[in-house]
Amino acid sequence: MASNAALDIRIPSDVQEIEGIVAQVVGRCRECSFDGRQLSLNVPVALTEALSNAILRGNGDNSSKHVRIRADVSELRIVMEVEDEGDGFDLDACTTDPSTPENLEREDGRGLFLMRSLMDRVERFRGDGNIVRLTLHRR
Amino acid sequence: MSLQVTKKGDVVVIEVDGQLIVGNRQELKQKVLDEAEGGARKVLIDFAKAGYIDSSGLGVLVSLAKRMRELGGDLRLANLNDDLQTLFELTKLDSLFQISDTRERALESF
Repeated sequence: MASNAALDIRIPSDVQEIEGIVAQVVGRCRECSFDGRQLSLNVPVALTEALSNAILRGNGDNSSKHVRIRADVSELRIVMEVEDEGDGFDLDACTTDPSTPENLEREDGRGLFLMRSLMDRVERFRGDGNIVRLTLHRR
Repeated sequence: MSLQVTKKGDVVVIEVDGQLIVGNRQELKQKVLDEAEGGARKVLIDFAKAGYIDSSGLGVLVSLAKRMRELGGDLRLANLNDDLQTLFELTKLDSLFQISDTRERALESF
């Protein structure tokens, strides 16, 4: 990815790593003058969901595995890629509507919905591992 | 994230400071369950100092609200900022919780 402010980090598969990574990415977005709401809501929540999915589901909460995060931030948009060691999943099939009566009181099932609600585009594909790519245009 | 617990009459107020996310949600869950085990039946979570919440954080709130209802109690929320309000609206959780603009209004609502 061509970059104005690129990040490429490999972390142990541990949810305690999430907050620090998110802070770094949000910092890069701030340097590129992203909108306040995108800094406080869209980017941190969507990236947290992607990292959480990669660590807990893709890597099965196995701390010997790793997650790779690439973020390409410019004054036009941010593209984030989160890569885990799992087999991948069907994005559409796994996204549920949490607002239906049968889902409203479920404890889980909101992550992919939030990711897709807060990003302009969410894609999943295979590279060396399973990759989720999140794209958000700067307002 | 840190949690500050105070009591106002028979209401236990838990103030969340920082992000409520997958890495720390169990702290809030355990804190509320401990208070419930000690007899608390009215719990108010105050988000005045909170940052963002992820789906795990939202899930814990749903789980705790159900548990408090099972015990004959109630869990209510206060001081959601615009970002948090958006998350609750997107997921329709604003229809599940009683949410107040201020801690005072929330306390009066019990």
